[in-house]
Amino acid sequence: MIELERLTKIYPGSTIPAVDSVSLHVNKGEICILIGSSGCGKTTLMRMINRLEPITSGTIKINGKDLTPMDVIELRRSIGYAIQQIGLFPHMTVFENITVVPKLLGWDKKRMSERVDELLTMINMDPAIYRERYPRELSGGQAQRIGVARAMAANPPVMLMDEPFGAIDPINREVLQDEFLKIQEKLKKTIVFVTHDIHEAVKMGDRIALLDAGNLIQYATPEELLTQPKNQFVKDFVGADRALKRLDLLKVSDAMMKNPVRCSTEDASEKILERMIEKDLHYLLVTAPGSRLVGYVNVDMLRGHKGVVGDVARPMSVTVRPSQNLKDALSKMLTYDIGIVVAVDDDGILQGVLNSKTLVSVVGETYDEHGGHWGKITTGGRIL
Amino acid sequence: MKREQTTSRTGRFWMMVAMLLTFMAGIYSERLGFLQFTMDNPEEIWILFVEHVQLVLISSAISISIGVPMGILLTRGFMRKYRDWILNILGICQTVPSLAVIAIAMTYLGIGKKTAIFALVVYGLLPIIRNSVAGLAGINPVILDAGRGMGMRPAQLLFRVELPNAMYIILTGIRTSTVINVGTAAMSFLVGGGGLGDLIFSGIAMVDAGYMLAGAVPTAALAIFMNWFIGKMEGWIVSDGLVYDR
Ligand SMILES: Nc1ncnc2c1ncn2[C@@H]1O[C@H](COP(=O)(O)OP(=O)(O)OP(=O)(O)O)[C@@H](O)[C@H]1O
Ligand SMILES: [Mg+2]
Repeated sequence: MIELERLTKIYPGSTIPAVDSVSLHVNKGEICILIGSSGCGKTTLMRMINRLEPITSGTIKINGKDLTPMDVIELRRSIGYAIQQIGLFPHMTVFENITVVPKLLGWDKKRMSERVDELLTMINMDPAIYRERYPRELSGGQAQRIGVARAMAANPPVMLMDEPFGAIDPINREVLQDEFLKIQEKLKKTIVFVTHDIHEAVKMGDRIALLDAGNLIQYATPEELLTQPKNQFVKDFVGADRALKRLDLLKVSDAMMKNPVRCSTEDASEKILERMIEKDLHYLLVTAPGSRLVGYVNVDMLRGHKGVVGDVARPMSVTVRPSQNLKDALSKMLTYDIGIVVAVDDDGILQGVLNSKTLVSVVGETYDEHGGHWGKITTGGRIL
Repeated sequence: MKREQTTSRTGRFWMMVAMLLTFMAGIYSERLGFLQFTMDNPEEIWILFVEHVQLVLISSAISISIGVPMGILLTRGFMRKYRDWILNILGICQTVPSLAVIAIAMTYLGIGKKTAIFALVVYGLLPIIRNSVAGLAGINPVILDAGRGMGMRPAQLLFRVELPNAMYIILTGIRTSTVINVGTAAMSFLVGGGGLGDLIFSGIAMVDAGYMLAGAVPTAALAIFMNWFIGKMEGWIVSDGLVYDR
């Protein structure tokens, strides 16, 4: 846990504080995002934590221990730092760059070698190709990834990451973010993470600290920030489309209707047709025993058919997984021009149904300034 | 691959030029009596040559072991204020002709090898200090920041980051200094320091071209060799990650 209490930084020769009495707590094992426009003091705040910038006033505690009397060298070796400008050592190979801190800590050759391969694989760079390269032989995005690997090398419990994915293309960035979150799930590091990208903030952050001119404007969970912006500045910052950004945050399982009406492959077609007409349903999902999704039937397919539903059912062309976020689901629905999409898990078991009306109501939800009424969505919305 | 090919092609070209020049120089020097003299006195020339090499190596070694630490010292934070000031003074000192330096050294230290070496050390110092300062001060501050952020102590930062990155420029300074030194060392004969200057100055005094060339040619060859050798060393010492025109 990192505790900042009324932390202030005034650079020599300046009268305006670069960081102005900021207090915030980062819980152990959480990612705290620092976000704000250029020059608002994110880097400065971060660099006070590993004492690269002397503190003008205030205190920093890590796990309850005040940093002021601590040995800076020890402190810095226990904090992974990925600096904004990457800063790889040009005279060292990728291997040597990554093992700087392990070497300072006296690891043996074998352990370092294994660690490097592990990290390179993690950041999607083939060790056989990149281990012995020099930074000048890397692209900007690759160099940045090595910078992240270098910060993680000695497995520090606390990490400071200053725009670690800033130079990486959107596709790779997405992959790295996912990979990073997966690792974070396991390792539970305490991370301070700077970004300019509100999408990244919402996706990666357990909490987001929005700064402006050295002041902490709002410190809240991503949901809170999007649904309950504290003032106009926050609203403007998260953007008018903050409702849409919320789609990043929510999973299909949060908004889908569970236990949708379905019939079994063994049911007689005539009986099902009768029921569909009676209830005015145009489509119906078909499952095999054990709730495994087989497909769907419509009224036209059943009309005049003698036999079981399983014989005429057509497979679904598009499905989603409950763990996907709503943005992905919506984009699938738009791509295939469908108003409804079925959620199945990795084993093909039917989990629920998501329709566009529910999605719209999720978006609408965010406009009522109070937020948090998720119950309404999962029960509302008619299916089929 | 491509670069190596070009190197070897230009290498072959220069080899041919060198052979041609040697051949012409041979004919010419024969006429001047250089070859005759050299063949008659191989031992004397060899002794003076070894003496010359000793003068150069000893004085350069001392210059390096004073100059590089001075450069390091001048680039530490607490010296920043005085750095330009000190470099300017050293620059002015460098304009004093080498002969005058030797003369001044002699008035205090008398005659002998020590005087010669002292003067050579002083004279060879500036290029080394200046390049050390330039190399160390020119390092991208971002990588120093990265090193500090990772918990390097000042000495670790110096040896693992600063010096390796400044090495190319420092070695260039050492090369310049050493090559100048080879020439200046010829003057140590004037204060009784020995070396190939013995032949050169005596040859001039006696208007004996053969005598003089027997000193001048090895001196020139030594300078060319040192330049080549230290250049080669740059290739071995400086990391491949730092690409300069090689
Ligand atoms: N070493 C320094 N000396 C004086 N002022 C500085 C120094 N470093 C930063 N500042 C000032 O402090 C303020 C905050 O800078 P900081 O680097 O923390 O911003 P930032 O939020 O990280 O910006 P960016 O998103 O562009 O990286 C800026 O106004 C900057 O000009
Ligand atoms: Mg910054």
